Amino acid sequence: MNVVYFAWVRERIGLPQETVETGAATVNDLIAELSAREERYAAAFADISALRVALDQELSDFDAPLEGVREVAFFPPMTGG
Amino acid sequence: MTVRVQADPFDAGAELNAFAQGRTDIGAIVSFTGVVRDTQGDLQEMLIEHYPGMTTRAISKIADEAVARWALADVLVIHRYGPLKPGEPIMMVATASAHRAAAFEAADFLMDYLKSRAPFWKKEVTAQGASWVDAKDVDEDALKRW
Repeated sequence: MNVVYFAWVRERIGLPQETVETGAATVNDLIAELSAREERYAAAFADISALRVALDQELSDFDAPLEGVREVAFFPPMTGG
Repeated sequence: MTVRVQADPFDAGAELNAFAQGRTDIGAIVSFTGVVRDTQGDLQEMLIEHYPGMTTRAISKIADEAVARWALADVLVIHRYGPLKPGEPIMMVATASAHRAAAFEAADFLMDYLKSRAPFWKKEVTAQGASWVDAKDVDEDALKRW
């Protein structure tokens, strides 16, 4: 699936998007998988209360299932307006 | 209903005139323009990042919600991204209705939701460096009003 990052999450991980081969069942599982991969992921995902997630470009929850999802986005709380 | 997400500057006055042009069915237009603020006098620019695939859809959803809740004749939302200088307009909202209460309330609602639910992130660049603008609890709490 396509995983995209914005704002300081993008900066901390060091790339705007990547294709991830995963069997993760939920967003939390994907985070655990990425965090185990490299320190920069663990740093970005250290405090998920400071993060938001969107699945296929709709805001979602960390316990949401990933089945059928094509794009996962991680970013800080939004600051529009 | 018009939603525009763009890098280019816009003329809020001209947009407002165009929005009102030729309408005889409305008695009230409310507009809000957000401007890049430099309170410390050291802001070089504000960088606005967004989520291209999601932005227009998220804003349209918020505007649809406003149209469902208030008797609006029309809604306009413009939001910019990219590097902006102090004093430049960031975004604007306009609502048109038969009466002012609906126009005021809907504009207020749109602003509260755009602040916390439209996928934009602001970064301030000064001579000391660059830092992301944190979301404020007060902005998240403001959603509970609706």
